[in-house]
Amino acid sequence: MSTPTPTITTKFSVPERRVKTTSAVHLTGPAKVSIRNLNFYYGRAQALHDISLDVPERFVMAFIGPSGCGKSTFLRTLNRMNDVIPGTRAEGEVLIDGRDIYGSGTDVVDLRRRVGMVFQKSNPFPKSVFENVAYGLRINQVTSSKSELEGRVEQALKDAALWTEVKDRLKSSALGLSGGQQQRLCIARALAIRPEVILMDEPASALDPIATTKIEELIFDLKKHYTIIIVTHNMQQAARVSDLTAFFLLGKLIEVNTTEKMFTAPGDKVTEDYITGRFG
Amino acid sequence: MEFHRHLDDELNELRDRVLLLGGEAERALERSMNALAERDNNLAREVLDHDDEIDRLEVDVDRQGIDIIALRQPAARDLRFVISVVKMAPILERVADHACNIARTVIDLNLEPELKPNAELQRMGRRAVDMVRGALDAFTSNDARAARECITCDTEINVLYNSVFRNLIELMASHPETATRDARLLFIAKHIERIGDYATDICELTVYMSEAAIIKHVH
Repeated sequence: MSTPTPTITTKFSVPERRVKTTSAVHLTGPAKVSIRNLNFYYGRAQALHDISLDVPERFVMAFIGPSGCGKSTFLRTLNRMNDVIPGTRAEGEVLIDGRDIYGSGTDVVDLRRRVGMVFQKSNPFPKSVFENVAYGLRINQVTSSKSELEGRVEQALKDAALWTEVKDRLKSSALGLSGGQQQRLCIARALAIRPEVILMDEPASALDPIATTKIEELIFDLKKHYTIIIVTHNMQQAARVSDLTAFFLLGKLIEVNTTEKMFTAPGDKVTEDYITGRFG
Repeated sequence: MEFHRHLDDELNELRDRVLLLGGEAERALERSMNALAERDNNLAREVLDHDDEIDRLEVDVDRQGIDIIALRQPAARDLRFVISVVKMAPILERVADHACNIARTVIDLNLEPELKPNAELQRMGRRAVDMVRGALDAFTSNDARAARECITCDTEINVLYNSVFRNLIELMASHPETATRDARLLFIAKHIERIGDYATDICELTVYMSEAAIIKHVH
């Protein structure tokens, strides 16, 4: 007999409801990432409740919601980063190109190569700029020659809009870069191994407005080639960078909509209260 | 939540300002039509004298709306409200401008002998006043249904305009000595007809504000 699963309780309550979407969301092409009835648990505490969501290929989707709503937990289920936390458990399906990443036989290392991640705080290795970007290429044995390695590093730095700023200091320590440059270096490191999906967990929350703008412009450029999912507390940032926005509350997906619709005419009263700051 | 109490206060202030502007525009129209009916130059001049105040109110609404967008970055219903108000202010100012044009024409008409009262033109004027009032009431109560109903009134104004136009042209042909005065009345009719269109625009903004539906050019 299974014991009842405790849920996270707060002063807010979310009534059972269908997730609000508009038809536009369904007309955006085939899904790169499909989540089906995902539940996630930290021990006995359920953090995500029956999430179903599609992220179309080469789109930017933003996850918004108050602290503790489960958006970062959800993001980390998409490349199984939560696996490293003891006692966690996922139910349901996360399909990337139609294959369930929680299915048996999934190579988690390969999964994380395909689904790269950029964190809130930049975390360059205490190595040179060059070695930071080359690191993933070396351990994955992606390149066969020094010139190929150098070419891939250069391209990744160019893709991360960092090349012109660091090309003359490739051998200098990455820790000497500014915060914004370090964050773009981490993006370059993720891009070097050519992922298909990039997860970003509040990538600009610690950056000044200029560095933030660079990251946002980068996201705009990257979506030509990558599917990007970004968690942000900055709703204006979500409005600026994303095509689609999903609103979470108490571990539930309340609404997913085109960003334009979400910020001008959300379909759900709770979403509107959150977006207009009248929440709680 | 302090931030949003401030935002609510500012939105309420913006609403009060645009309603003040709307009330002034409505009053200018009503007075100009009364000045026409009663051949009252003083009333017509009062309309003209008051126009600067209306222009100032429009600028105030405009400036405050821009400030709220820049400083508060409203979203969803707040954004729709601010956008609607910012678009509504110049419409109301133009209603007042048309009222001024009517008032100027009244002063010109009063320099000439009186024509037989034109009942249809007066009815047009009353309908336009009612429509502007109805549009502002619908906006005040955020009532899209009332706004949609108000829009239908524009048809009556247009029908009346066509009738007034036809009759005045016939009058000009049959009594050429009144042609100048008839032409002035034609201009007044055109101003009233345009005011009906502006009231429609206000109603469309109310529907947008309330329902996020853009009904411009579709009804």
